[in-house]
Amino acid sequence: MSDITRDDVAHLARLARLAVSDAELDLFSGQIDAIVDTVSKVGEIPDDVPPTAQVVPQTNVLRPDETEPSLPRDVALAGAPAAEEGRFRVPRILGEEL
Amino acid sequence: MTGSELISLDAAELARRIHAREVSSVEVTRAHLERIEAVDGPAESGVHAFLHIDADGALAAAEAADRAIAEGTPASPLAGVPIALKDNLTTTDMPTTCASRILEGWRPPYDATVVARLRAAGLVPLGKTNLDEFAMGSSTENSAFGPSRNPWDLTRIPGGSGGGSSSAVAAGEAPLALGSDTGGSIRQPGAVTGTVGVKPTYGTVSRYGLVAFSSSLDQIGPCARSVLDAALLHEVIGGQDKNDQTSVGAPLPPVVEAAEAGARGDLAGVRIGVVTQFSGEGYQPGVLAAFTDAVRLLGELGAEVVEVSCPSFAYALPAYYLIAPSEASSNLARFDAMRYGLRVGDDGERASDEVMSLTREAGFGAEVKRRIMIGTHALSAGSYDALYGKAQKARTLIVRDFTAAFETCDVLISPTTPTTAFAIGERVDDPLAMYLADLCTIPSNLAGNAALSVPCGRSADDGLPVGLQVMAPALADDRAYRVAAAYEVARASVDTAPRIPELRALETSR
Repeated sequence: MSDITRDDVAHLARLARLAVSDAELDLFSGQIDAIVDTVSKVGEIPDDVPPTAQVVPQTNVLRPDETEPSLPRDVALAGAPAAEEGRFRVPRILGEEL
Repeated sequence: MTGSELISLDAAELARRIHAREVSSVEVTRAHLERIEAVDGPAESGVHAFLHIDADGALAAAEAADRAIAEGTPASPLAGVPIALKDNLTTTDMPTTCASRILEGWRPPYDATVVARLRAAGLVPLGKTNLDEFAMGSSTENSAFGPSRNPWDLTRIPGGSGGGSSSAVAAGEAPLALGSDTGGSIRQPGAVTGTVGVKPTYGTVSRYGLVAFSSSLDQIGPCARSVLDAALLHEVIGGQDKNDQTSVGAPLPPVVEAAEAGARGDLAGVRIGVVTQFSGEGYQPGVLAAFTDAVRLLGELGAEVVEVSCPSFAYALPAYYLIAPSEASSNLARFDAMRYGLRVGDDGERASDEVMSLTREAGFGAEVKRRIMIGTHALSAGSYDALYGKAQKARTLIVRDFTAAFETCDVLISPTTPTTAFAIGERVDDPLAMYLADLCTIPSNLAGNAALSVPCGRSADDGLPVGLQVMAPALADDRAYRVAAAYEVARASVDTAPRIPELRALETSR
């Protein structure tokens, strides 16, 4: 098996900003271990094969730098969970200890 | 012309009648709204194709189309024809939820390019269709708002992720729909509902306004009940868009012309490759029998059918379930509870990263969380080379297999999915079993070429629809349309299944 442990999944959840429950950790650790085990089949592929990141043969897509209408402020804020004084209102970004 | 007749007509025939003013777009739209009213609910037992229906908006758009036609200026060949939109396409006049609690009720400030093009072409948006949350799944069971149901058997899945669009089209709730295909989410639902689903060449239909799942794989495409209808819709939505950097400048392949040419039923000179890897263990006997029958019919149409081997396709499923989650983990980082969508736990004390974690925990379903964590793992420093890096190498091998196969064949064919529609609930506890539904469709997402699913009769073992997948080289979508249209005509002459399921039990129970 791929040896993804319950602690590994808890770590991944923290990295991914997911406050998962203990019950989910139990469920996900077995499932993610089995999935990673299966997809690890790609490990058979020789190292000297070049990677493909995208399939459209395009580079440096450029267009003229022209001014276009942007979203009015009230429209941009309309879907916000909280807005105040014409801005997004967000929770503090620094911890208490700082 | 009664409502039940109108809902069984193809989009091309509806358009012809509307433009000849034999029937109005308003009457056609009303017939579909009535069908939705009759069969879509209740959410617990109906088809449940729709998450949102905009009857007033649809009737207003239909009136506008009728006025333009009366003035002799229809906006396009499909003006006045109703259409359903997958709910991961942004719409200014309807919510866009991606079937997720994290976006419940969200009203986007802009229309997706494909939606803007539909509106400009005079089509009539009826509403937004159900999907697996953020298009991650093969059954719609990952929708936060409950599954859609297969109109041919309401105890079974309509495919996924675009099961709302496929079931709407199959049930006669809409003659056309839009879907998005990242690993098969247009084609597999098409196969299991007996409808046509097309994944165009990557980059030929703008993704602007499609809520991103896996950006190097996502592709918007048409859902319909006939190959010609899909082609007509394809030409409305396709073409370059300055708002999508991956959109290609090459002219759109002539897909309507190809569908019309194919319908004449002559495939002489066409070389068709049967992918040998897509059969055997795990394939339902009735699906393989229907496929073998299709191969015979294609031969009778004059095509030369040969076997081709694509050994690296064995890496497609593993590579996909690394690349798609990796890109998803990055794309879904935007759901941070700050600018739109859900926010949980903002009590004035908690810091933003804590609010973000609580929001994502409450707003995302299990499959989305699994994929975000797998993607986070695959991209982490210790696993990147062995997982994500190797998946990108697998992609190279798959592209090479396609290139080699297309040197000797014009198109490749396979069953679209290994089984017919499975029962609702059958695979929900086993993600790996669910992933197998995409086995045959994923290679074309990884390589970016065109592929479609066309109805392939019924499976003898359960009487449910089977799909034939036709794959064509990048920017040669027209080849797939030509072969599919020829096959569609040949099969129609031997097919006895009704075009639209009765769903009478539902209609009379209301």
